Amino acid sequence: MNPIRILFFATLRDRAGTKSMDMEVPAEMTIRELKVKLTQDHPNLTESLKSVLITINREYAMDDSVVPSGAEIAMFPPVSGG
Amino acid sequence: MVEELSHEEILRYSRHLLIPEVGLKGQLRLRNSSALIIGTGGLGSPVSLYLAAAGVGRIGLVDYDVVDSSNLQRQVIHGSSTVGKLKVESAREKLIDLNPGIQIDIFNEPYTSDNAMRIARDFDIILDGTDNFPTRYLTNDVAVFLGKPNVYASIYRFDGQVSVFHAKQGPCYRCLFPEPPPPGLVPSCAEGGVLGVLPGTIGTLQATEALKLLLGIGDPMIGKLLLYNALDMSFDFVKLRKNPNCRVCPPNADIHELIDYEEFCGVPGHDHDDTSAGEAWDITAIELAVRIKENHLKLLDVREAHELEISRLPSAVNIPLGQLAERLSELDSAQEMVVFCKRGSRSARALEVLISAGFKKVKNLKGGINAWAEEVDQSLPIY
Repeated sequence: MNPIRILFFATLRDRAGTKSMDMEVPAEMTIRELKVKLTQDHPNLTESLKSVLITINREYAMDDSVVPSGAEIAMFPPVSGG
Repeated sequence: MVEELSHEEILRYSRHLLIPEVGLKGQLRLRNSSALIIGTGGLGSPVSLYLAAAGVGRIGLVDYDVVDSSNLQRQVIHGSSTVGKLKVESAREKLIDLNPGIQIDIFNEPYTSDNAMRIARDFDIILDGTDNFPTRYLTNDVAVFLGKPNVYASIYRFDGQVSVFHAKQGPCYRCLFPEPPPPGLVPSCAEGGVLGVLPGTIGTLQATEALKLLLGIGDPMIGKLLLYNALDMSFDFVKLRKNPNCRVCPPNADIHELIDYEEFCGVPGHDHDDTSAGEAWDITAIELAVRIKENHLKLLDVREAHELEISRLPSAVNIPLGQLAERLSELDSAQEMVVFCKRGSRSARALEVLISAGFKKVKNLKGGINAWAEEVDQSLPIY
């Protein structure tokens, strides 16, 4: 298992009720699988994770990107205010 | 085309002329350039003020709203004396006072698929200062189809995003967010609130990017997204890539003209939070006042707990919208119930949750507790 840290921003932070979360994930886990795991552990994040920008160590990540050990995953939802 | 600056202009722009990256040449370039600003609100305020002050020769303003006193906490281009006036008129007055040597074109109309291409065609760059998802996707697609840069910024409470979307050279907004969020998930400023200084911070960055593009200096934020959080005072820069599945960028584009963006996003193209649940489901404040006296109705308040400190109806039960689905067991579906929020849009969504859970005797208080404060109980404040 690999330790990772997830950072939440904007509406996701409000929904998660926390700005960060530490967790252990299996090696070779992809962003897609991480989203599924988060949805299972925190059902109230389900809708928010449908449209979200995710970075791994500040680099843009795709759904099939692999989460490395010790990674900092940041999740930025779209916001619309102006 | 202006060939040279007047003595008056040279004095006015002297601090620009002293910077070698701008200089006389750059200032002339600005004088002959144009920028279209969509929205004259939180972001549009600092953006238009700084672009006008900098001497951008022609500035277009698109907005169809009127100034409301709840705007003034952040929309610094407007003032107490212009409450009730058209935003574009109020803004033009201020900008012309700031810089009478430039031209301000105003478009007092909603920015829609019908007029957007016509309005945007004659400007060098487009700045997205809108307050809703449909207009953001529209602004993006217009910029992509016209081949113009879209200087993007967006805000929520303490968070801000800035980028330059220029599909010729990098990703566009759709590359980043191919699908809009599910309707109602992301609150607008009218619903969720916003720290007043936030659009100042983010809007001045947006104006900076616009000036860099118009001057042709520095590294524009093409392919780069800034994510700002005021509480952490964090600035995160993320490198973006063009999305190969983007629906408006080559090679796999399948959208080649403007679409119906309200339908695409499932929400209206404005940030007025007074959505109705549909006439059959609505009850007015006056009607409710009568009904409350007649029999016992259950009142359900779906606002956030901290909003109850501003105004409340004493007999109401509070379950914030976000918790409603999990707390349905606390409610009796056989009892008649009136649901309300601030202005009626969250309660309209609450009604959908209740109806799909089998509740039949539910109504939505049209205009929310603000309408109640206006029409029934003037001792309550409107917010």
